Amino acid sequence: MMEHVPIAHVLMVTSTMFFIGAYGFLTRRNLVTMLIGVELMLNAVNINFVIFDRYVYPDQIEGHFFALFIIAIAAAEAAVAIAIFINLYRNIRSIDVEEVDKMKY
Amino acid sequence: MATSAIIFYTIAGIMIIFSLLAVTSRRILRAAVYLLFALAGTAALYFMLDYQFLAAVQLIVYAGGIVVLIIFSILLTTHINEKLEKPAWGKVFITATLVLGGLMLTLFVLTNHEFVLGTEPTAEATVSVIGERLLGYQAGGYVLPFEVISILLLAAMIGAIVIAKRNSTKS
Repeated sequence: MMEHVPIAHVLMVTSTMFFIGAYGFLTRRNLVTMLIGVELMLNAVNINFVIFDRYVYPDQIEGHFFALFIIAIAAAEAAVAIAIFINLYRNIRSIDVEEVDKMKY
Repeated sequence: MATSAIIFYTIAGIMIIFSLLAVTSRRILRAAVYLLFALAGTAALYFMLDYQFLAAVQLIVYAGGIVVLIIFSILLTTHINEKLEKPAWGKVFITATLVLGGLMLTLFVLTNHEFVLGTEPTAEATVSVIGERLLGYQAGGYVLPFEVISILLLAAMIGAIVIAKRNSTKS
């Protein structure tokens, strides 16, 4: 269905999405919103794998498997990160990055 | 302009607008919902590329799992009506400059690079093909990463339970 869309346009969309995620990661101070930025970046990279697979090597489906494994790792990462946030909130009543310096010691 | 191109540019616009809203919205719960729309747009893109299985996984794991997890953690850690404070002007300016610079560099390289597109017939990604490849141990099989991922998921699950569990000796 994508014959009429050049590959460069799709890659422009994904790189824009990646840098939007990076912007969110760098400007936000709440840990959950920083996690949202990381998820956006992971998602953009995932699309890149699939797009290169479909446009450059259409007879293979390796990019598809890379995307599947990245989704699984992203799920594991989000679960552990949110467990840490909940534990932090229980201990210091805040999930603001400026106040989270207890884990250093 | 072909119909599929119109559909693609609509999806791309939705994805970019909702990603922007997700990182700039000052209401944290809305940010999570905007992230949901951006991820659903990605699933639509996978459907357009004829990867139905991957699109279903994207909807189930990302939109169904991770976003729900994020919303639960928001409900547990912040007040619903609380607005995030605005980031400092200098920080926004420096970050936006850096990010725009990186984006411009990437777009410059992208527009000047000639991609050699494959002309072979498109491979079918049916569920049976995917299953055979995932559990195949011959060349091109993915059984080792599949098993490693299952160990990783188990470890992450146990780790999440242990970390989030209430400390019984303290309370």
